Amino acid sequence: MLYARLIVMRLCKAVIVLFLIVIFNFFLIQMAPGDPAAILAGEAGATDQEFLDQLRERFGLDQPLYVQLWRYVSGIAMLDFGYSYRLGAPVFDLIMARLPATLLLTGTAFVLSLVLGIVAGSMAAARVKKPSGSLIMALALLFYATPLFWVALMSVVVFSVYLGWLPAYGLYTVGAGHTGFALVLDVARHLILPATTLALFFMAIYTRMTRTSMLDAAQQDYVKTARAKGLKPGIIQRRHILRNALLPIITLAGLQAGQMVGGAILTETVFAWPGIGRLMFEALQQRDYNLLLGIFFFSAALVIVFNIITDLVYRLADPRIKGGS
Amino acid sequence: MSFFARFAQNRGALAGLIILLVIIAMAILAPLLFPESPWRMVQRPFLPPFSQDGFPLGTDTMGRNVAAGLMHGAWVSLLIGLVSTSVALLIGVPLGAIAGYYGGLIDDILMRFTEFFQTIPNFALAIVLVAIMQPSVTSIVLAIALVSWPPVARLVRAEFMSLRNREYVEAARLVGQTNRTIILRQILPNTLSPIIVLASLMVATAILLESSLSFLGLGDPNVMSWGYMIGAARTVIRQAWWLSFFPGVAILLTVLALNLVGEGLDDALNPKLSRER
Repeated sequence: MLYARLIVMRLCKAVIVLFLIVIFNFFLIQMAPGDPAAILAGEAGATDQEFLDQLRERFGLDQPLYVQLWRYVSGIAMLDFGYSYRLGAPVFDLIMARLPATLLLTGTAFVLSLVLGIVAGSMAAARVKKPSGSLIMALALLFYATPLFWVALMSVVVFSVYLGWLPAYGLYTVGAGHTGFALVLDVARHLILPATTLALFFMAIYTRMTRTSMLDAAQQDYVKTARAKGLKPGIIQRRHILRNALLPIITLAGLQAGQMVGGAILTETVFAWPGIGRLMFEALQQRDYNLLLGIFFFSAALVIVFNIITDLVYRLADPRIKGGS
Repeated sequence: MSFFARFAQNRGALAGLIILLVIIAMAILAPLLFPESPWRMVQRPFLPPFSQDGFPLGTDTMGRNVAAGLMHGAWVSLLIGLVSTSVALLIGVPLGAIAGYYGGLIDDILMRFTEFFQTIPNFALAIVLVAIMQPSVTSIVLAIALVSWPPVARLVRAEFMSLRNREYVEAARLVGQTNRTIILRQILPNTLSPIIVLASLMVATAILLESSLSFLGLGDPNVMSWGYMIGAARTVIRQAWWLSFFPGVAILLTVLALNLVGEGLDDALNPKLSRER
């Protein structure tokens, strides 16, 4: 099985990358300002030396560095990402509780941006050198240059404060007690603004990419053949050009996954969306380094998983590519 | 056709250049027009825009002059954008040049290293770095540079790989020039135009990154920046939309202008490629 071998190889590579990130995280903790034990003691309201030493011993902070590193790495291998003293819960549990909201938001934004971007890009490619085509590209450039968090805030002002159409904060209406279908509808209404603002930037990228890719594909010989056969331009555009032009877009979509995580941090912060991005903002404000690094690790893991998926999709879509390389 | 004539043929690029010059002028004139610190409270808070002389854009939650903050912020954004891009070039160009020129094992190792950095979500990495190093202009510049060098290394590597076997490089080798001289004097000058185009786009991305960081509260606490202004006004968006609106427009225009200039440079430096697009 070619795919099975490929998946195993990619997983091995992923484990190596994640291992390096864990080591990187460990050294970042060492660099963090202040003695972790002192921070803990400060939280508990006691500062006498004996208590500090007790804490050090309990968390292994009195051990040599390599022992600490080993404890840290083996801890993470068993999904122990430490404890968030500010929020009073294990980091892993906190992240797991927030992960579904982030997946819902980024997943929706991803599909939305891909669909709209491909539609807008193919429209621009079909209208190359026409004012309508240039207008699409100008809009794409505008969305590309707009800071995400600013679009988010402005959409709150317009659609939530001024027009009053959509809710501005949270995942669902607190206290409304919706269940079943009503709850789904409520969440969907809350999802519209965050998902759209997050999608705009990526839509701009996919629009530009689709257009370039389609203009390239239009130069190919098989397109000339199709034209010579007398096929209708619409069919050539959809069946011959677009299908081939989509391949590089899949690759690009994989590369954008990291950006998507960054965008989610900003959108979730503005819309108080209870995902790991908002959690990261809370960790930042409280200087909760354990939680911060845990989220960092998870965001990298998410990106790697997404990269593997797009890689597999790419190979399924283009049988010319052999596994392994 | 002269370089500038080719650049000016792209009307968008010309418009971008004009916007950029206005923003540079803002940055230079800030200390002259608003000699007071932009942090000083000068009027009652929440003064709406266009309502009082001397405060064309109103005042913020603490009674600070928004127009002054905007002008001083221009300086910070441009400075951080330029310096962090330069640092990213200092990391990316040598790595890419060595990988592309020597190839083989060195290339493999350097490219694995680059890939590792490309896999890590870069905004999350920048947040973690600034948070751990404590927010300051230096830590922000370093964090942005550390997340933005991989595309430079890849570009330079590709250019070096396509140039390293050209006749003029072979000739340089035959006359006994050292590898160092060949890299610096023969090949590098020929890779400058794509590097310049990429750098102009990187300045735009760096400005976006800086504003996003300071929006989250990771800005240098001693300098006024556009992202900070938006972040500080986030919670009062219902009462005072203008506090977030104007700095956002400033970021948008700067990033847009740099992208347009980048496209124009691409047209001017690679005249053969750009026309059909």
